[in-house]
Amino acid sequence: METQLVLEKWAGTISAMVIGAEKKDGGSRAHTVKIGGQSSLPLLFKEGGIPNPPAIAFEIWDIPPQDWSEELLAPYGKSIENPFDWADKCVNEFKAQLLCVKMQGAHPDFGDKGPKEAGEFISALLKKVSVPLIILGSGDDAKDNLILPACSEAAKNERCLIGCAVQENYKTLVGSVLADGHNIIAESPIDINIAKQLNILISDMGLNLERIAINPTIGALGYGLEYAYSIMERARLAGLSGDKALASPFICFVGQESWRTKEAKVSPEQGIAWEIITATSFIQSGADLLVLRHPKAIQKVSEYIGTLFKKQGNNLRG
Amino acid sequence: MFVVGELINGMYSNIGSAIKERNKKEVQKCALDQIACGADALDVNCGPASRQPLVDMPWLVETIQEVTDKPLCLDSSKPAVIQEGLKASRNKTIINSTTADQDKLDILVPMASKYQAQLIGITIRSKGIPQNKDQRLELAAFIVANCQEQGFSVEGLYLDPIVLPVNVAQSQMKDILESISEFKIISGPGPKTILGLSNVSQGVLLRSLINRTFLTMAVAYGLDSAILDPKDKELMDALITAELILNKNIYCDSYLEAYRKKLNS
Repeated sequence: METQLVLEKWAGTISAMVIGAEKKDGGSRAHTVKIGGQSSLPLLFKEGGIPNPPAIAFEIWDIPPQDWSEELLAPYGKSIENPFDWADKCVNEFKAQLLCVKMQGAHPDFGDKGPKEAGEFISALLKKVSVPLIILGSGDDAKDNLILPACSEAAKNERCLIGCAVQENYKTLVGSVLADGHNIIAESPIDINIAKQLNILISDMGLNLERIAINPTIGALGYGLEYAYSIMERARLAGLSGDKALASPFICFVGQESWRTKEAKVSPEQGIAWEIITATSFIQSGADLLVLRHPKAIQKVSEYIGTLFKKQGNNLRG
Repeated sequence: MFVVGELINGMYSNIGSAIKERNKKEVQKCALDQIACGADALDVNCGPASRQPLVDMPWLVETIQEVTDKPLCLDSSKPAVIQEGLKASRNKTIINSTTADQDKLDILVPMASKYQAQLIGITIRSKGIPQNKDQRLELAAFIVANCQEQGFSVEGLYLDPIVLPVNVAQSQMKDILESISEFKIISGPGPKTILGLSNVSQGVLLRSLINRTFLTMAVAYGLDSAILDPKDKELMDALITAELILNKNIYCDSYLEAYRKKLNS
């Protein structure tokens, strides 16, 4: 006898977000990346639509990274010394579809780059590569409030994803993102109540909820992965049940969290494995966008996503 | 919670005169104000003073439909008046209401089917008001059985245990609350439940406080819908908070705002 599947019919849909703008939309990107838009829990293909598979972004910095391990730097070779060469290598050699650039060089402790210089860097990067961009601040709120508006303006109409807005500091970034036509990352500290609150605060400023991606703040395998996992599950269940303030796609910074574990530093193979396992776990809990570091991990996670979606006869680019 | 705004009623002086003077603006303002405060549907009642309810009801329906597509809860004890309202409706409709009297059910259940309206059944009959929970359940089962026999889906039925003023029937309040949860197990799928809330505070001093306390308790008993004054902000705040405590929505500091903006559905 054939087993009867029990299927849930959900009232809500996760927001669909487009990152990048092609020429016809006023930008200059060669393609766009779509995330979200699903009306089903992760990978339950029979339950509802899953139009877009999880996307992967390569993480790069605007300066040579200070604290990346040798194993992590090795695959990028000499290119790591120049952010434009690094970006070029990601796109042309490793076939990156999406870059996530962290403006670490603007941090007061890492070069203290000013707004003008930061804006010029983004303009040059947009000329160098034609993939869509995710732009992250340096992590210093006061400084990011100066440089992110400059980066946003330099990338006007390119429909980037820019972050991170936090509950105590979101207004400046929301203003810029609104003015320049981008999407925003809303970050909450593994806290579903704050994630919901921040989405409401941002939408109160006039930015449509469909333009927000949630950064739930994750931990790597062995470092609180399950806490973020359960928060994401709960938010996704609420979003699918019709809570529009939680129906946002998730962005997970898997690379940075995986490579800071002491296990990742033991050997290159173990570091790569740590990044892969952390990423694939979060795909199960609903991650829509994974920011990763090691090209080999990215290749493996891409294959994993490909297999999951191919098996179900689903169209990868829905 | 499905909130039905109660303020379009000829019993209120502003609506009474608006009907008389055919003042559309006043009625439409009342409709939009209630929706802005969180009403999901609007009760429409010509009031006892209407001399020509057969004409006033469709006029109210058409007037309201000009500004909203929210469901309309056509409120009259006269089936002919309800029928005139149904004929004029483009919006979804709810018939308010049938009693547990056979003659009423024989007219209103087929009418609900014909116009694809939902139906409110009040557990009361011409012989009198029920005195306890068992009598309410008996009348509820009678209404449900009638709907089933006539092929009307119980999913489109709201049962009202008939709320009495607290100063008149204090001993019945607990029975009324318990009826809410017990109505739902009469059939599977079960009927929905509704209350005409304001009746609980007729003739008492602290109306708003009693309304919101009773509503909060009714929510805990599983109430699906209430006919109430959505412009009573403290009442709506209590309702939203009661649903939050029952884990129907995820908490955030702006949960009242999130509800009012219909971010939770």
